Amino acid sequence: MKDVKLMKGNEAIALGAVNAGCDGYFGYPITPQSEIIETLMEMKPWETTGMAVLQAESEIASINMVYGAAAMGKKAMTTSSSPGISLCSEGLSYIAGAELPCVVVNVQRGGPGLGTIQPAQADYAQAVKAPGHGDFNLIVLAPNSVQEMYDHVFLAYELAFKYRNPAMILTDGVIGQMMEKLVVDEAKPRMTEEFIRENYGSWALVGNKGVVTSLELEASRQEKVNERIQAKYKALKENEVRVEMTDCDDAEFVIVAFGSSARIAAKSVEILRAEGIKAGLLRPITLFPFPDKQLQDLAAKGVKGFLVAELNAGQMVKDVRLAVNGARPVEYYGRMGGMIYSPGEIAEALKEKLIEKTK
Amino acid sequence: MAEVQKTQENLVYAKPRLIKDNVMHYCPGCSHGTVHKLVAEVIEEMGMENKTVGVSPVGCSVLAYNYIDIDWVEAAHGRACAVATGVKRVAPERLVFTYQGDGDLASIGIGETVHAAQRGEKIVVIYINNAIYGMTGGQMSPTTLPGMKTSTSPYGREEALHGFPFKVADMIKVLDGTCYVTRQAVHTPAAVRKAKKAIRKAFENSMEGKGLSFVEFVSTCPSGWKQTATEANTWMEEHMFPVYPLGDIKDI
Amino acid sequence: MTEEIIIAGFGGQGVLSLGKILAYSGIMQDKEVSWMPSYGPEMRGGTANVTVMISDRRISSPIGQEYDTAIILNQQSMDKFEKTVKPGGVLIYDPNGITRHPERRDISIYTIAATEEASRRGNSKIFNTIVLGGYLKVKPGVVTLDNVYAGIKSSLPERAWKTLPANEEAVRIGMELIRKPE
Repeated sequence: MKDVKLMKGNEAIALGAVNAGCDGYFGYPITPQSEIIETLMEMKPWETTGMAVLQAESEIASINMVYGAAAMGKKAMTTSSSPGISLCSEGLSYIAGAELPCVVVNVQRGGPGLGTIQPAQADYAQAVKAPGHGDFNLIVLAPNSVQEMYDHVFLAYELAFKYRNPAMILTDGVIGQMMEKLVVDEAKPRMTEEFIRENYGSWALVGNKGVVTSLELEASRQEKVNERIQAKYKALKENEVRVEMTDCDDAEFVIVAFGSSARIAAKSVEILRAEGIKAGLLRPITLFPFPDKQLQDLAAKGVKGFLVAELNAGQMVKDVRLAVNGARPVEYYGRMGGMIYSPGEIAEALKEKLIEKTK
Repeated sequence: MAEVQKTQENLVYAKPRLIKDNVMHYCPGCSHGTVHKLVAEVIEEMGMENKTVGVSPVGCSVLAYNYIDIDWVEAAHGRACAVATGVKRVAPERLVFTYQGDGDLASIGIGETVHAAQRGEKIVVIYINNAIYGMTGGQMSPTTLPGMKTSTSPYGREEALHGFPFKVADMIKVLDGTCYVTRQAVHTPAAVRKAKKAIRKAFENSMEGKGLSFVEFVSTCPSGWKQTATEANTWMEEHMFPVYPLGDIKDI
Repeated sequence: MTEEIIIAGFGGQGVLSLGKILAYSGIMQDKEVSWMPSYGPEMRGGTANVTVMISDRRISSPIGQEYDTAIILNQQSMDKFEKTVKPGGVLIYDPNGITRHPERRDISIYTIAATEEASRRGNSKIFNTIVLGGYLKVKPGVVTLDNVYAGIKSSLPERAWKTLPANEEAVRIGMELIRKPE
């Protein structure tokens, strides 16, 4: 039975967690994402699905509670915003090192430091390059609508369990705070103990005297762990890239943008098309793995240039340049500190940085 | 080394079944080995070997999972009580305990410890207090005694410079979420027998849902203290016990 | 059809909930909708605004740059948003507390004395639904009155449904009250 609701992105994350069969949520309030824990506390899922919800004393505690719950083979989750995600770095590294699945949501705000509570995409590099110490990556999803905030909770758990790796939903104050229509599908029940034992008994603590650890004092064995982890990332790149392309078939100029920026840039494409400029939009849905191949294909197909629009000082533009590898110009347009560009600004930037230059 | 054949005739002592065959890395005279044995015995006696989850710390007991044959999760430094909270909240039927030293629990992890206690998490905290960082080579810890020499207090701990020894159990007892707070030692056979009873009571409290039980072990670190095993026991009685007196502090 | 609306005023005036009613009304009418608020400490007593979009098509950007309609409920918002109304668009404002009235000649301007009317009736809570009535009167093509009533109901928690008759009445009052400035 499908049910249509009007909901904030943050509320959709909360509902998504319950409906995706999450077993334990641990979080700490921080703007602009506190609606997630508030919604969960109001829903009281412990009385319906049995899901535990706990307000922890800090983000450091939250992520370590997630680590404990994940060690049990359970679906665990925490959510925070930029400064709080920095505090989760250590725990994320342990979870990745112990090869456990979990879902973490970052509803980004501007920084550095305490920064602003207004939306930004300034944690892109942190999310996709260096979420913590050691060689590890998160699976990173970038929803651009309230519907995807909900759907990506399901997708994040699916990928996290498939690859035994933490998954992050990287969003921001725009998508977290806005309300849109949400179509809610049937809820998934929580996993049974038998299901966990059968499917995850090889690594989860199911009473078989298992050990969950990220410690390996013998360097040659630690290298094997690293190789195994890297092999998962390779498999992710081969199998799990998700991307949305709009008006790219005949595009001469392609805007590359994710999350809230992709929504604004979609309007920029409409504006440019109305002016007779063949513009398109490539939206990475997975930021890790990154859509290198799709970008290369567009460059090979005759796209004259790419404009990367992002709410930061130019972080994703480096990945687009790596993918395109000099074949075509790749320019950047961005705003910072919680300021948001208008669709017209991006359209103007494209004309100035790409069309004027390639004339 | 030649294998000695164990027979009914020459067997005078057997290690608990839940203690693995791995050679322990603990130094001679260290309290860890004895406390490990007691924990293993109690779990076995309670019939909980497939239902227990231990949370090991960063410190000398980081490898506790190599010695006691149960489910384990190895926590980041200081975070054991948060990890145990996560385990217990999604698996309330499990017996969950943390095993932490004074560097891990009283320094970097005091926040997680206090909040787990205040929330009344139905877990047990086993706290090994030997007043020094053993694993990293004998640095000062929050519980290092005044005047005590360590590698980071080479002239002895000075209160004016480093503050005072942290009596964690005395602070934990005032938190409403705790049901049992006790300070034990394992330096004599009598103390070992009492200590085992304390662990049993703590574990039973946890399964009865009574709240957090906190069992401190005033412990020795002969290597860190630069003493022999027997010297360390004597030094502990003379210097540690006056600051950290043994006995039940809270039992409700 | 796409209607892009900015509603701006003081926190506590019901700016966000007015936007929410419009968004719900759009859903009742099977439209695509988005509701994008300003958020943060400014909500507590400072200025608050919300962008609502109602469209037959998928909404690309929930962030607008110019609007079909601006509903302006204090002077700061007038200063900020008068210039963002599209040429030929609509600006509705409550003259209460306004010291500089709108000056543009290329848009349709309406006033609605909702603050005065709500206080005369001793119910400050119907202020925003009076404003809503005014909007519906000058923009009848966006959502139907039935869907607005359904939208009000959906936007309120069940415990507040007893206020539905008063709110529906307020919508009708607003429709009568809105006028072109003299």
